[in-house]
Amino acid sequence: MPEARVPESRRADAIGQGPSGLAGRVWRSIVRAPLAPRTDQERKWAMVQNFVLHFRPVRVPVKTLAYTHTLGLGGMSLVLVMVLIGTGVLLMFGYEPAPGRAYDSVQALETVTTFGGFVRGVHHWSANALILIAVLHLLRVFFTSGFHAPRQFNWVIGLGLLACIAASNFTGYLLPWDQRSFWAITITTGMLSYVPLIGGWLQQVARGGPDIGRATLIIFYTLHTTVVPVLILGLAALHFWRIRKARGVVVPRAPGEAHDPQPERVLGLPFLLMREFVVALVLVAGVFTFAALVAAPLGEVANPGMSPNPAKAPWYFMGLQELLLHFHPVFAVLIVPGAAVLLLLAIPYLRYEDDPSGIWFVSNRGRLMARRAAMAALLLTPLLIALDEWVLDASKLLPTLPGFVTVGVLPVTVLTVLAWVTWKRERARPGATRNEMVLAGFVFGGVTFAVLTVVGVWFRVGGMALGWAGW
Amino acid sequence: MTRRPKRGRKPPDPSAPAGADRARTGPPDPPEGGPPPSRRAFLWKAWLGLAGLAVIELIWVVVDSLRPRRRDVATADVVVVAGPVDHFAPASVTAFPAGRFYLVRTEEGGFLAVSRACTHLGCTVPWSSEEYRFVCPCHGSAFDLHGDVVNPPAPRALDLFEVRIENHIVKVNTANVRRRRAFDPQQVTWA
Ligand code: FES
Repeated sequence: MPEARVPESRRADAIGQGPSGLAGRVWRSIVRAPLAPRTDQERKWAMVQNFVLHFRPVRVPVKTLAYTHTLGLGGMSLVLVMVLIGTGVLLMFGYEPAPGRAYDSVQALETVTTFGGFVRGVHHWSANALILIAVLHLLRVFFTSGFHAPRQFNWVIGLGLLACIAASNFTGYLLPWDQRSFWAITITTGMLSYVPLIGGWLQQVARGGPDIGRATLIIFYTLHTTVVPVLILGLAALHFWRIRKARGVVVPRAPGEAHDPQPERVLGLPFLLMREFVVALVLVAGVFTFAALVAAPLGEVANPGMSPNPAKAPWYFMGLQELLLHFHPVFAVLIVPGAAVLLLLAIPYLRYEDDPSGIWFVSNRGRLMARRAAMAALLLTPLLIALDEWVLDASKLLPTLPGFVTVGVLPVTVLTVLAWVTWKRERARPGATRNEMVLAGFVFGGVTFAVLTVVGVWFRVGGMALGWAGW
Repeated sequence: MTRRPKRGRKPPDPSAPAGADRARTGPPDPPEGGPPPSRRAFLWKAWLGLAGLAVIELIWVVVDSLRPRRRDVATADVVVVAGPVDHFAPASVTAFPAGRFYLVRTEEGGFLAVSRACTHLGCTVPWSSEEYRFVCPCHGSAFDLHGDVVNPPAPRALDLFEVRIENHIVKVNTANVRRRRAFDPQQVTWA
């Protein structure tokens, strides 16, 4: 950016706001660019010189600034990560990761430490919001086709970040050591034992022994406070850097509008930074207000001798637990989720006829197909759940066959074949592109997972029977 | 301020030997007068080997520090002394919270030490004497006196611990759990 270079004489003038003499020399040695730039020239220079600002681009395509384009979700995720690190460090000063001490120390944080309950509330609600916002960000990127070259690998990095965020939430879930956290972690690590061959070993590694205890708490605490945060920061840096290397986020365009190789650009400061700053402020204000009004939950101290009824996994794993009620464990915890992850990873690497990046929902037909897919999933999933719950009983219909076949191979094969036939039929329609097909398939899968999660969280009561579980 | 030349590498020095500027990514050709090629290649391989060894050691250290520990000897006694044989009536279930098991005396008078962890996802199963079965509160699995599944989703019978009877005293070794598909009379220990 050659214009960003300012002659030395003018620089001194620009910084000249500072004091003169020794203090001025020290000040200017620390702050090399004006703190309050007045001209565009100075702003560009500040963007290059200032350590914090140099993470943001000097110029951005003006169209990407529209709030309805990115919805600010990626930036929000980063703000939440920062809030989580800040509050997390404060919590670490008071928390003791040992079974006999953990619960008491959390209670002391809540009652004795000044604003301890508030800090814990902010941490708790930010963590939950982060999952939600990161998923919404993934949806935004997918629906604006932000995964085509050169952004293919950044989609993969983003999935890695999402996995880390889930891991971070999950490891943090155990730390309060109340009934809810103890049994949620018991159940979720219990799912690991169904992985064929290595399941038992996997479960023991995750728990650090046969049961949830001292070793589990130390492992989870270390992962939660060191390993995962470092991974998140590293991957996030890579993620943002690659956006810069792709010359910014996808430029929005209307269906049918041609791709513009030289979009009009404006200065990052003030146009982008002001928007990001406003989003960050509103988000932080929202989270703080929520945390002030709703305290983070803390139930009875964990009692390994008494399980609650029903025992549920953390809400973001309830879709998985719901799946476990309907399918053989090997399918519910390994094959189905494994296939879903592989499909997600494969999305940017499929062969597409065209590159619709920047267009919401690919095209007008894509929009229609997405809506139909969503409706289908919204109807079919509850229907199948009800059918499996009240009508079908595999052990009565096919009493001689093992469960691996009756609630595993058989239903999964039937569903896969049905999906395949539908795919082929839709594809045979004149003109449906691969992009539109993938969009519809993604919407169908996503809505199905959402329905499973909603059913698991709100419609499973004692003994995991169907019913209204309440808020 | 004097203007520095554009940042980057120094302009090539014409007096330097050719090839000295090249990035070294593999065994380089020996310059004139250097050590013979075999020695250079050997040192290169030796370094690679050492680096590989270091990586393996690192992985070993990480894996070893994550290795699951045995049941905590400090917090739970491995061998639980349950008591004299005739303390337990036939067809009765006695809980041993410290050992995380139930001592079951069958109708015929044999002993079984049944783990209290549900085989579905690991909840603690209480014994319900009215229903005369173990009922899991989490997802409704039920097991009979022998630990056999009478109601899914649990996929197999409750795990067992080893029971030993010495001098009419029942002892249970909780160091190792034994998985089983279903109840089998051979699992019962007799006084
Ligand atoms: S853990 Fe016992 S039924 Fe699920």
